[in-house]
Amino acid sequence: MENQEHIIERYERAWIFFGLGMITVFIVLVGYLMLTMGNTNPVRAGRIDATKVRTEGDFANPRVEQVGNEYVAYVQAFAYGYLPAEMKFKAGKKVTFYITSPDVQHSFQVANTNINVQVIPGEIAKVSYTFKQPGEYRIICNEYCGIGHANMISKLIVEP
Amino acid sequence: MAVKSLSSFDAYADAPEKKYALYMLMLGFAALALGTFFGPLQAFNYGGLDLYPLLKPVFQNYYQGLSLHGVLNAIVFTQLFAQAIMIYLPARELGLRPNMKLAWVSFWMAFGGLLIAAIPLLLNEASVLYTFYAPLKAHWAFYVGAAIFVLSSYVSIYLALELWLRWRKANPGKITPIATYMAVTLWLMWLLASLGLVVGALFLIAWSLGLVAGVDPLLMRTLFWYTGHPIVYFWLLPAYTLAYLTLPKLAGGKLVSDPLSRLVFLLFLLFSVPVGFHHQFADPGIAPYWKMIHTVLTMFVAVPSLITAFTIAASLEVAGRANGGKGLLGWIGALPWNNPTVLAFLLGFLAFIPGGAGGMVNASFNLNQNVHNTVWIPGHFHLQVGTLVTMAAMGTAFWLIPHLTGKPLVARGMAVASQWLWFLGMFIMTFALHWMGFLYQVPRRSHIAGSPVAMEAYKESSAWMVLNIVSGVILLIAAILFFYVIFATALQNRREPSQVMAEVPFTEVISKPEGSGLAQLTERVWFWFGIAVVLVVLAYGPVLFQMFTNMNPVPGQRLW
Repeated sequence: MENQEHIIERYERAWIFFGLGMITVFIVLVGYLMLTMGNTNPVRAGRIDATKVRTEGDFANPRVEQVGNEYVAYVQAFAYGYLPAEMKFKAGKKVTFYITSPDVQHSFQVANTNINVQVIPGEIAKVSYTFKQPGEYRIICNEYCGIGHANMISKLIVEP
Repeated sequence: MAVKSLSSFDAYADAPEKKYALYMLMLGFAALALGTFFGPLQAFNYGGLDLYPLLKPVFQNYYQGLSLHGVLNAIVFTQLFAQAIMIYLPARELGLRPNMKLAWVSFWMAFGGLLIAAIPLLLNEASVLYTFYAPLKAHWAFYVGAAIFVLSSYVSIYLALELWLRWRKANPGKITPIATYMAVTLWLMWLLASLGLVVGALFLIAWSLGLVAGVDPLLMRTLFWYTGHPIVYFWLLPAYTLAYLTLPKLAGGKLVSDPLSRLVFLLFLLFSVPVGFHHQFADPGIAPYWKMIHTVLTMFVAVPSLITAFTIAASLEVAGRANGGKGLLGWIGALPWNNPTVLAFLLGFLAFIPGGAGGMVNASFNLNQNVHNTVWIPGHFHLQVGTLVTMAAMGTAFWLIPHLTGKPLVARGMAVASQWLWFLGMFIMTFALHWMGFLYQVPRRSHIAGSPVAMEAYKESSAWMVLNIVSGVILLIAAILFFYVIFATALQNRREPSQVMAEVPFTEVISKPEGSGLAQLTERVWFWFGIAVVLVVLAYGPVLFQMFTNMNPVPGQRLW
């Protein structure tokens, strides 16, 4: 029994070191990839009075603007859709989205990209992305926002 | 005859804590029964089959059912199970009786809170899901009832600590017995973890009563997830406690290491709480470096689960070999797979392995972008809480209800079948959900079966949808079998104390705590609790301070 106990303790220690090593590798990889692989993590571009989103400022006029060689899009995610209703970009050009909500929480996930933004009333989210492949991209709300949540699907078009 | 006359008096006269544990347990299973009823409806929804129109006179919509499912299963059942197990086990281990007056106060608070919250839920006045993200605004009774329910756990915290301190006073210098150690660390962790929910509830109650015009949705989210991640360890640790302390014995073996088991619970006390931002990776308003700090801390909370995987597997191997299993893997077949309790744990832990791997993906700041809020996420947590935690509770019920009541288990075959089917159903469903979320970005919590737009958008995933329907049917059968077994056991009139386990099956251990430096180190509970508080202050303090001093209130909406 004494012997068995020591054998188990040896394996145990090896397993803990393996676990710690694995986690260290994961942490380093996550950090490295975030820094080098085109970070699409949404950040705060400012705050806004949610009750005035529809009437004042940039979001009262949801639009795509071409600024130099890039695009800027002001997007409203509302119950249950997105404005502007149709967005078009040219492939290979950087797009910066500013997104907010006039009512409840939504999200702005663009299928087959790394764009996945929690849209929170009162917060203006900013995320940049360069679409490389032309085509139609689905925009999906993945945060429960009320009875019509499942219908909250839109699209954007990337032209060659 | 003697037995019969005894039962007609008070079967619990000599052990009132048994009655307390039984009531907590059965209230929890009653909540689980109702909540679980909606589970297959969700699975059918993700198979494109909408049964909600059939329920229309009683339940108004999918999101009402989903709110009931989440609140009853994830908040109500889990807490009641912890309140039953993590008071009863230390009381039995120490041979001390908890303060019974307060024990019943906690039960009636939980029951009352549950009733108050259930009324708006059942009337479709609180279809805000179990995350109740502001500015979706439920009826005030929902927040008030939920708050009373959660506060009942504070009585449990007191009960457990009082038991422990009473024992310590009588046994100075001795190492705390292990079940008590696990209970104390669990309840201290919950004391720290639940603060987010409690503070959030104060805002939400004031808001729903009209005392304040709005609440800050980002702050409410942050407070929710402050509690919302550690709450999963609050669900998990009672299951771990039972796996450490009863499973080895039930399987015919011994726990390999007592000190290492203590270390696991200590690590959970330290690392459970300062990790919540990994649920908010997609949120604007929290700086990326804070999210990265929480990524690192979240990765570390995997360590105690990795140790658990080792210790439980090693203890089971000891059991299998003691039962005559030979060779590299022969011990697995030698485990008592026909014992429904052992079976439930074995299958639960099997599901926990892919579940844990998926959890590492969710915790990875970058990978999370691809799965955040897709059905990958419910796929993940149905492996964890829906399979391991629930199966640990179901498996334990098979001996615990007989032990508490003196009534033998009925339909043992059905008990065994229910566990195989539950595992099978969950495995198929979570497999499908992971792929639908990752490959096709199918969103979670979405009534897609009621939306032609959605069904058209996600039609490429129709092969996986079929699996959801299949799993829904299997899980429905599993649930019917399970609830029949436990309610038929608890409600029968036959009491036969000779046919039930008289004592909690506490396991023997191979490596004992006496003389172990590690066990001595873990014994300094208050010191470690202080470190846990410091970690939370460091990981959350600056962000929460910013949020509290710069609130941006938004008025409420009812959109269901």
